Amino acid sequence: MLRISCPWCGEREEIEFSYGGQAHVAYPKDPHAVSDDDWAQYLFMRDNPKGLFLERWVHAHGCRRWFNMARHTVTHEISAVYKPGEPPPAGGK
Amino acid sequence: MSNAMRIAGGRVDRKKPLAFTFNGKRLQGFAGDTLASALLANDVRLVARSFKYHRPRGMLTAGNEEPNALVQLERGPYTEPNLRATEIELYEGLEASSVNCFPSVDFDLRAINGLASSILVAGFYNKTFMWPKGFWKKVYEPAIRKAAGLGIAPDAPDPDTYDRMHWHCDVLVVGAGPAGLSAALEAGRQGVRTVLVEEASEAGGSLLQRPAEIEGIKGAEWAARAVRELEALPNVLFLRRTSVFGYYDHNYLMAVERRTDHLGPGRTDGVARKRLWHFRAGRVILATGAHERPIVFGNNDLPGILLANAACTYATQYGVSLGKVGIAFVNNDQGLSLALDTHEAARNIALIVDVRADPGEAMIKRAISLGVRILRDSVVVCAHGGRRVSSVDIQPTRGAGMVRATCDHLLVSGGLSPAVHLYSQATGALRFDEKLACFLPDTCRQAVEVAGALNGRFLLDSSIADGKAAGARTLAALGKPVAAAASPALDALNILPLWSVQGMLGLKLPGKHFVDYQNDVTEPDILLASREGFRSVEHTKRYTTTGMATDQGKTSNVIGLAILAGSLGKTIPEVGTTTFRPPFTPVTFGAIAGRDRGSLSDPVRATPMHPWHVENGAVFEDVGQWKRPWYFPKPGEDLHAAVARETKALRTTAGVMDATTLGKIDIQGADAAEFLNRIYTNAWTKLAVGSCRYGMMCKPDGMVMDDGVTARLADDRFLMTTTTGNAARVLDWLEEWLQTEWPELKVYCTTVTEQWATTAVVGPNARKILEALAPGMDFSNAAFPFMTFREGIVGGLQARVFRISFNGELSYEINVPSWHGLAMWKAVIEAGKPQGLTPYGTETMHVARAEKGYIIIGQETDGTVTPDDVGLGWAVSKQKDFIGKRSFARADTSRKGRKQLVGLLPQDKSFVAAEGSHLVASPERSTFDPARGSPSIGHITSSYYSPNLESAFALALIADGRALLGQTVHAVKGTDLKPMTIVDPVFIDKEGKRRDGID
Amino acid sequence: MQRFSLLSLLKNSLSGHTDWKPFWRDAAPKQKYDAIIIGGGGHGLATAYYLAKNHGITNVAVLEKGWIGGGNTGRNTTIIRSNYLWNESGALYEHALKLWEGLNDDLNINLMFSQRGVINLAHNQADVRESIRRVEANRLNGIDGEWLTPGQVKEFCPIIDISRTARHPVLGATLQRRAGTARHDTVAWGYARAADSLGVDIIQKCEVTGILRENGRVTGVRTTRGTIMADKVGVVAAGHTSVVAAMADIRLPLQSHPLQALVSEPIKPIHPCVVMSNAVHVYLSQSDKGELVIGAGIDTFNSYSQRGSFHVIEHQMAALIELFPIFSRVRMLRTWGGIVDVCPDASPIVSKTPVKGLFLNCGWGTGGFKATPGSGWVFAHTIATGEPHPLNAAFSLDRFTSGALIDEHGAAAVAH
Repeated sequence: MLRISCPWCGEREEIEFSYGGQAHVAYPKDPHAVSDDDWAQYLFMRDNPKGLFLERWVHAHGCRRWFNMARHTVTHEISAVYKPGEPPPAGGK
Repeated sequence: MSNAMRIAGGRVDRKKPLAFTFNGKRLQGFAGDTLASALLANDVRLVARSFKYHRPRGMLTAGNEEPNALVQLERGPYTEPNLRATEIELYEGLEASSVNCFPSVDFDLRAINGLASSILVAGFYNKTFMWPKGFWKKVYEPAIRKAAGLGIAPDAPDPDTYDRMHWHCDVLVVGAGPAGLSAALEAGRQGVRTVLVEEASEAGGSLLQRPAEIEGIKGAEWAARAVRELEALPNVLFLRRTSVFGYYDHNYLMAVERRTDHLGPGRTDGVARKRLWHFRAGRVILATGAHERPIVFGNNDLPGILLANAACTYATQYGVSLGKVGIAFVNNDQGLSLALDTHEAARNIALIVDVRADPGEAMIKRAISLGVRILRDSVVVCAHGGRRVSSVDIQPTRGAGMVRATCDHLLVSGGLSPAVHLYSQATGALRFDEKLACFLPDTCRQAVEVAGALNGRFLLDSSIADGKAAGARTLAALGKPVAAAASPALDALNILPLWSVQGMLGLKLPGKHFVDYQNDVTEPDILLASREGFRSVEHTKRYTTTGMATDQGKTSNVIGLAILAGSLGKTIPEVGTTTFRPPFTPVTFGAIAGRDRGSLSDPVRATPMHPWHVENGAVFEDVGQWKRPWYFPKPGEDLHAAVARETKALRTTAGVMDATTLGKIDIQGADAAEFLNRIYTNAWTKLAVGSCRYGMMCKPDGMVMDDGVTARLADDRFLMTTTTGNAARVLDWLEEWLQTEWPELKVYCTTVTEQWATTAVVGPNARKILEALAPGMDFSNAAFPFMTFREGIVGGLQARVFRISFNGELSYEINVPSWHGLAMWKAVIEAGKPQGLTPYGTETMHVARAEKGYIIIGQETDGTVTPDDVGLGWAVSKQKDFIGKRSFARADTSRKGRKQLVGLLPQDKSFVAAEGSHLVASPERSTFDPARGSPSIGHITSSYYSPNLESAFALALIADGRALLGQTVHAVKGTDLKPMTIVDPVFIDKEGKRRDGID
Repeated sequence: MQRFSLLSLLKNSLSGHTDWKPFWRDAAPKQKYDAIIIGGGGHGLATAYYLAKNHGITNVAVLEKGWIGGGNTGRNTTIIRSNYLWNESGALYEHALKLWEGLNDDLNINLMFSQRGVINLAHNQADVRESIRRVEANRLNGIDGEWLTPGQVKEFCPIIDISRTARHPVLGATLQRRAGTARHDTVAWGYARAADSLGVDIIQKCEVTGILRENGRVTGVRTTRGTIMADKVGVVAAGHTSVVAAMADIRLPLQSHPLQALVSEPIKPIHPCVVMSNAVHVYLSQSDKGELVIGAGIDTFNSYSQRGSFHVIEHQMAALIELFPIFSRVRMLRTWGGIVDVCPDASPIVSKTPVKGLFLNCGWGTGGFKATPGSGWVFAHTIATGEPHPLNAAFSLDRFTSGALIDEHGAAAVAH
């Protein structure tokens, strides 16, 4: 079980959180202007790196707020936690 | 004679004799004994049979690494299979028996397998049992299964309870031997929150198992003093009988505490039998010790052959001698001194066979002073005996000259394997130390220190110093101002690596040469695996099953690895080691489940009206975690009769339903209407305050996700309802979009599902009932039209009444704060009596809504259905964008031939098709055709009998269904085909007149 | 290939088993092959075998970064069944099941395929509806299946608690009698042995580090054991597929998660079949050795570590004890984790890619083991002919653009 530091509440157990997949996947500005292929990219295609990953979490059983996290997908080391809208840390993919 | 093998000394309490039974025989031990020590005290050597060859086996060890001595403990619901006799604390009346032998451990018929051992080699089952083909299922597999398994599971539910504890600490010390105690003292004295965990009933580890002296007092006494000091510290928790079995990410460790097993079954009412500890530790100090290794030689598995450490423990801790004439076979200083320690206590070691040329001056001196002869440069090649060892063949390492020596027990020490399991679980890397011939902890990413024998400090003084040093490093890492202390140098074990005598001598020796005792894996098995190409250590392990028995290879893994490396001409580090995974020691299922049993296994949610439903005989249905009344049977009624009555009432007089479970979300903020516009498929900005609208939401892939009616409470405030099962999911969904995509929108969402109780009054007489309940409110169509809400006093309570309908009838949903829910419900029931008001459940709700063609999310939809598929294209805006809209333009979503929602009427009006039944177009094409595939053109999503239609009816998703109105399709029921006619999905009141009632 | 039989076993026992040959040669990589398979798990080895056997393409290398069968092939709960909902899945998994039924003979090895029957429990009205829909869909696809009442469930699996007062009562179940389990490791070894005997090179400890391309065509791979050329490359790397595909600049709809499983200590035979419950997460069988084999859930976050979280097991165990109260005192012996590559629709991708000559076989999620023979069969066809077999045509990468997903969340067991 990971120990995750919610940027609003501090360190909590993983079971208080829900996972939200890859971070920084933007909704297309005008979905109707993008091709079917690009729409499929938005809908389904995701990075899945073996290494540092920028991902979304929500403190579901706490403050219910979303945030982003930089975590290594092999070691599970968490190198950064940051709020939505904030830029990812340097070195983030 | 009882306790014939007892000698002076030991820590058992001879004033407290305990009677116990083994294989039906009544025996006696003492408080402080384990089952193993008590059996040995009574000279019971043969306690088990091995898995494959059913060879006679006795205790090999005195601890958690025991591969042989597995027993079935107790009987009936308290029985427990495969427990290690070396770990069972003796109590009065204990009953145990040997596992996996027939008819008895002394005479086991399956020992005949030993005769076939030349074909029962590693992987033999892959090579045979193939012919004739039909024999596998009928003959071979049943025979294999009959032989499978060790002990038996209980046949009744567990009478015991289990619980859980979550614990945060600064320092967690695992193992209360000399190193762990020293480390815990260091930490505890500095005031940091410290937990010390010990697997045994008493702290001390090796201090209890061999003669030791620290700071001028006996080792055991020193340990007891340390524990007293620790337990007096308010910041220290000491747990006995607690095994740390898992080391997970971010210093999360799991342990299981055995709280009542040592007292016997059923004697501790109200105390949880085991407790599962969840530790989150700032830093961890592992002081888990080391396991002694055997040496592989001929018949090295005979009862009476034990590890040197075990022999010393039985003598020192339990006051049990293993016999009169003992021989020891060693390759290292530790083993040799254990043999001498044993002799000091039991005076029974006649000879020490040491493979080394020079055991060192000190050792030799001590042996001479004790009168024990050391035979150097020699090895034991083979042991002999039936059910216990009676002699061994000894041979010089160079040249011939074999002699046979009589003995009644044999001590073996092949070196030490530090218990690196938890360290490895923590993703710590290991290194092979050539000098100590063992794997040692190397580096680890987690905040962990290692100390003592685990860290290659086997001797008492260095172990204590190492524990102190680990404690000091830990405190420094926690920011405590402590003087650094260096770990002492690695101990000199003076080990001459000896894994297998056959391998060392390069000779084929008589007897069977066991590596993994429990699984009967021999040295030739490993060599066969290597020959057949299984050269990765993981392949060898899996092909031979080495290390996969219940002891998880604690005594065998490294030996197997060394033999494999030897066969490949590689070094041990070149071949590597397998990764250790939790659990370190087997963990009871019940302890893992803890209190999550029965009604606590999943929370049960019930509405405020639940007590009334129970009192009035409701049958409940699980909807998510909610208990919802399914139907309210009158005496003698079944589901169908009850639902027929309820449905009829709803359409002719009035019905009342508890609609509290629907999800309710309060949405507020300046941009609330714009937000709903983006979430729902239809438009929301123009909805008037006081009005309601049906809304449907899709996932970005265009598939229907949820629906419900949402009301505008104010310009900047909406109350959204969701389906019962999706309430939490929808709230999460709204938050996700708000927070991560549209943070610029000023909108705030709160769940109010549990804040409001909802009573739905439905049917032609609904208005009369409401008028009676709320004389101050105007319920006329003009004043209170469909799809609006009003606030007022209803039944004396402030309420919000919605005029919405999920059944086509005139319908009012009365919302009051939850704590008034039951009162409101009862008031409605009372007021409805003159109007024939009938309570109804979810089944009637389903029938009524299906009669109107209304969908249920999760029933008509399954995540692959678009709004248009279910005939809700009218609720999809052409003007604005919303989540999922883009996906409708994709090739598959916009194609012809998608399945569409239609109604079905059976030609036999009494035929109620099973929901989920499939439909075929014609009897000619109604079965599987390999060339054309499945004949299914769709399936039935909802199906009921309607007393209002006086016919069964159904909703279905059928390919191109809306183009097929009037056509006949066939529902498949087993081999029967039932003709049904495709019709519009609205069966009742197509014009929608009934919803206004009679004004 | 040295034949395996009771006779050969007896004969070899006379010579102390010293004449057995390796199951497969320890091959060193050649400079060029007709086809390269990246990934030496069951699916990759089966692909190589069927390339050689069905298509006569024997100049094939299987590249495995560790040891063959060391990934999900050796880390699953060995359940084999074909009772999937949609026609496309049913056909593919049923093809696999039919191959399983003749695989001992075909590979001349005993895979211990045990058709003891798999039941999928229904715990609420929605489950009942879904179960009947699935079992009827199966029958119309020529797949055996039946609906059991609670009483029939009890008859088929007497140790299950079917009381109506249980927190999750058993309202019935679907049963596929031809379904069952097999010995997982032997599947990899059996395919390796058979492929090797047809000339396939099995190359272990050979990690692919790059995919070579020219003008939109694949030309070979870079590995830790040198560059190896081939005009056809099939990627069958399970949890690591995204990593390999990224070497060819292909982004996939896959996420990798740890999936855990565990076994109990061996106990005497007591559990006669395979029981699955999607709703409460129970997947239970008993092995030929006597261990209870139990599937747990996935960790929700992406991970390439073969370690899962303990709370997943706690949750699983609570559900298990609810259904099987008599197992409360049995003990958990081993746990392990595999890395599963999960697709949004819980169905696999067996497909061409935008790079000519590069093919993908991935996304099997939590249920790949059962498909091993069928997966290899259709992937070999796809690689050999350059076009999908009719059985895997629908499992293309294009479906994520067209929207023609094959949503098997209901049938795919572990919820993901």
